[in-house]
Amino acid sequence: MPLALYIARRVAVLVPTLFLVSVLIFSLQKLLPGDAALALAGEEHDPVAVAAIRAKYHLDRPAPVQYAIWMGKVLRGDLGESLRNRIPVTELLAAKLPVTVELAIGSMLIALAIGIPAGVISAARRGTVIDATANLVALSGLSVPHFWLGIMLILLFAVRLGWLPASGYVPPWEDLRRNLTTILLPSIVLGTGVAGVMMRHTRGAMLETLGADYVRTARAKSVPERLVVLKHAFRNALIPVITLGAIEFGRLLSGAVLTEQIFAIPGFGKMLVDGVFNRDYAVVQGVVLVSAGLYVLLNLMADVLYFLANPRLRGS
Amino acid sequence: MSLTRLITLTLALTLLIAAPVAAQSVLRIGLNDDPDALDPTISRAYVGRLVFAGLCDKLFDVTPDLKIVPQLAVSHEWAPDQKSIVIKLRPGVKFHDGEPLNAEAVKFNIERHINTTGSFRKTEIGQISSVDVLNDLTVRFNLSEPLVPLLAALTDRSGMMVSPKAAKALGDKFGLKPVCAGPYRFVERVAQGKIVLERFPDYWDKANIHIDRVEFVPITDSTARLASLRSGDLQMIERASPTDLPEIRGDNRLKVTGVPELGYQMIPLNVANGAKSKTLADARVRQAIDLAIDRDALVAAVFNNEYIPGNQWVSPSNYYYNAKFPVRKRDVAKAKQLLREAGQPNLTFTLIVPPERDRQEAAQIIQAMLAEAGITMNLQTQENVTMLTNGRKGDFEAYFTFWSGRPDPDGNVFTQSTCKGAQNDSHYCNAEVDAFLTKARQVPDPAERKKLYDQATEILMRDIPRLQLWHRRVFTGYTVKLTGFTAYPDGIIRLRGLKLN
Repeated sequence: MPLALYIARRVAVLVPTLFLVSVLIFSLQKLLPGDAALALAGEEHDPVAVAAIRAKYHLDRPAPVQYAIWMGKVLRGDLGESLRNRIPVTELLAAKLPVTVELAIGSMLIALAIGIPAGVISAARRGTVIDATANLVALSGLSVPHFWLGIMLILLFAVRLGWLPASGYVPPWEDLRRNLTTILLPSIVLGTGVAGVMMRHTRGAMLETLGADYVRTARAKSVPERLVVLKHAFRNALIPVITLGAIEFGRLLSGAVLTEQIFAIPGFGKMLVDGVFNRDYAVVQGVVLVSAGLYVLLNLMADVLYFLANPRLRGS
Repeated sequence: MSLTRLITLTLALTLLIAAPVAAQSVLRIGLNDDPDALDPTISRAYVGRLVFAGLCDKLFDVTPDLKIVPQLAVSHEWAPDQKSIVIKLRPGVKFHDGEPLNAEAVKFNIERHINTTGSFRKTEIGQISSVDVLNDLTVRFNLSEPLVPLLAALTDRSGMMVSPKAAKALGDKFGLKPVCAGPYRFVERVAQGKIVLERFPDYWDKANIHIDRVEFVPITDSTARLASLRSGDLQMIERASPTDLPEIRGDNRLKVTGVPELGYQMIPLNVANGAKSKTLADARVRQAIDLAIDRDALVAAVFNNEYIPGNQWVSPSNYYYNAKFPVRKRDVAKAKQLLREAGQPNLTFTLIVPPERDRQEAAQIIQAMLAEAGITMNLQTQENVTMLTNGRKGDFEAYFTFWSGRPDPDGNVFTQSTCKGAQNDSHYCNAEVDAFLTKARQVPDPAERKKLYDQATEILMRDIPRLQLWHRRVFTGYTVKLTGFTAYPDGIIRLRGLKLN
């Protein structure tokens, strides 16, 4: 099967997937208790004002009609506007996407830089003190709550040492240096969590390949151990790790609620949570739709890479 | 190995760029929330008012002791029947787009507040039936009924004037690029990120504005907000939590001030709103609950005495507090007796509490206090919007909420206590209370008004449609480098006179 056809088929699946996601998120939101118009009205419970809000945002229409109105706009490229601050959702998404992507890349870099070497070393030194230590570190990375780690890092690096800013976000085109300093701590918080997962998977994959026949053959040919590990075993172990990386990256792109809250970073996660609490339906739907789309696309990219890397797939 | 080199390089780069950044004449204020639309007509959330304080001047303002003083106006005069008011405007005031603030602009703004669909100002100033332009700098508001609290409404968003030219050009997108007549003009907004304002060179009172830029940064987590203040990323935080105080006070680079809020924390009791009103319909039962609560102990236990025990719709230090009814001592025996008289000695009811620390902890303590009077109060946690919706529908016996407070007494009691009041979820209805509160809207003299409010309070203290429990203090934390700050009971930070050294 040619690659183009493979991609075309996968993209075709994307459309119904997103449709299902949108129906699902829309229905789930309607299940939320609490009156959206009342939430939007704030402290003023004046019935006239509440009724005006309800009419303005079609909240008085049946749910399927509301969905149809929204979908009709989405198909024309209009995701509606935030019920709370009246900013168009597309504009909000465009402003937040670079922030979320940058945070995801930063976290991924840290995860890879820690997780893969640690996984390789602990597999190569299986059963030693190094292996146990690496496992312990990975497990703590996974178990330590982001919330706690974030606060601790802020207290150390921002309050005590004063090296890094405690919160806020500055776009790279405004001030690159400040941008990198603001993104560093949250990337560490998110990255260490992912690093734990990456380490465990790298270790597992490495142990599998290290036990494979061709590795035994390489050792029998007295290939230096360093080459056996890095060239023969590592390359093959990398394939499942790439897949996992793509999934984790997709997860990071859907926003990191707590980390964004603590560091006051205006990304998808914060927007989504604020949207839910304010019953800001258009925002919630917009964020979910876009992150679902990104997630699916990333998986597609991973599959394509896999397809290219593995000749056996092309035949089937 | 190249990876090691890469890591070393990254670390070196990080250290290189990690030097502290010093900003000059930029004031960063940490907000508890992201504001909603920056349009005075459709703004709802309290937090937006902090931004408006820099952006949009108002016809009037309040002083720290709640006196009303002119801002964009210079004077006002009520007609003898209180059915119209003449306002003289400050000459030479310009909007951020250079347009003049004149009588025509004021007329435009008042009409915009009243006629815009979804306006939240209509409930505040909807009694203005027409606006007459008397000359370039004088307007008259004609009212459909006497409404003294109108002036207080003009100290808030209803009194904010926006540029008519910009408002016409931007339509309902005005909130994305607000153009007002305040000391700072709008630069940009990153939703959930920051709102940036810069000094307006043609401001009418520019001699008192010393800081070049102001940035508002919403940080919802209070620990993170405090850490940002301590690290110097923020210079001020609004509504600091009482739990933050020891840390702020222990840091010699920081200061904190607190003033009693205008509002109150309360538990509305269901008096007559639907089927669930049966349990607490008898006033004696409500009095028993009230008597079983030790407010002093509650405030000491949950808030370390940083807040003020209260029992009325204004705090004890307020002019309109009825001193005949101070916060009562707890009286369990009397409470039990009242319950017996009402035939409900084993009273059981449910209090709905939102998942928020202050109210959750207070609810648990109240639960224990009531238990000693033989009252079983079950606690049910409901997310805030759900709770308010149920309150509206009458699907509650009691719920734990608050009123943020208004400078004019009317704003703290009228819609909460009158029979048709929009905030009256209890459906409490007393013709006498209605009469006193309505009359108080028509009397401009504070001493006369106080007599009317005292009479209404007396009835409310007997009927107890809601338990008023405590008043918060509004704490503002800031760096010692900041001078010229005065705390206001509305919690709004006035930027006039502030200096950063």
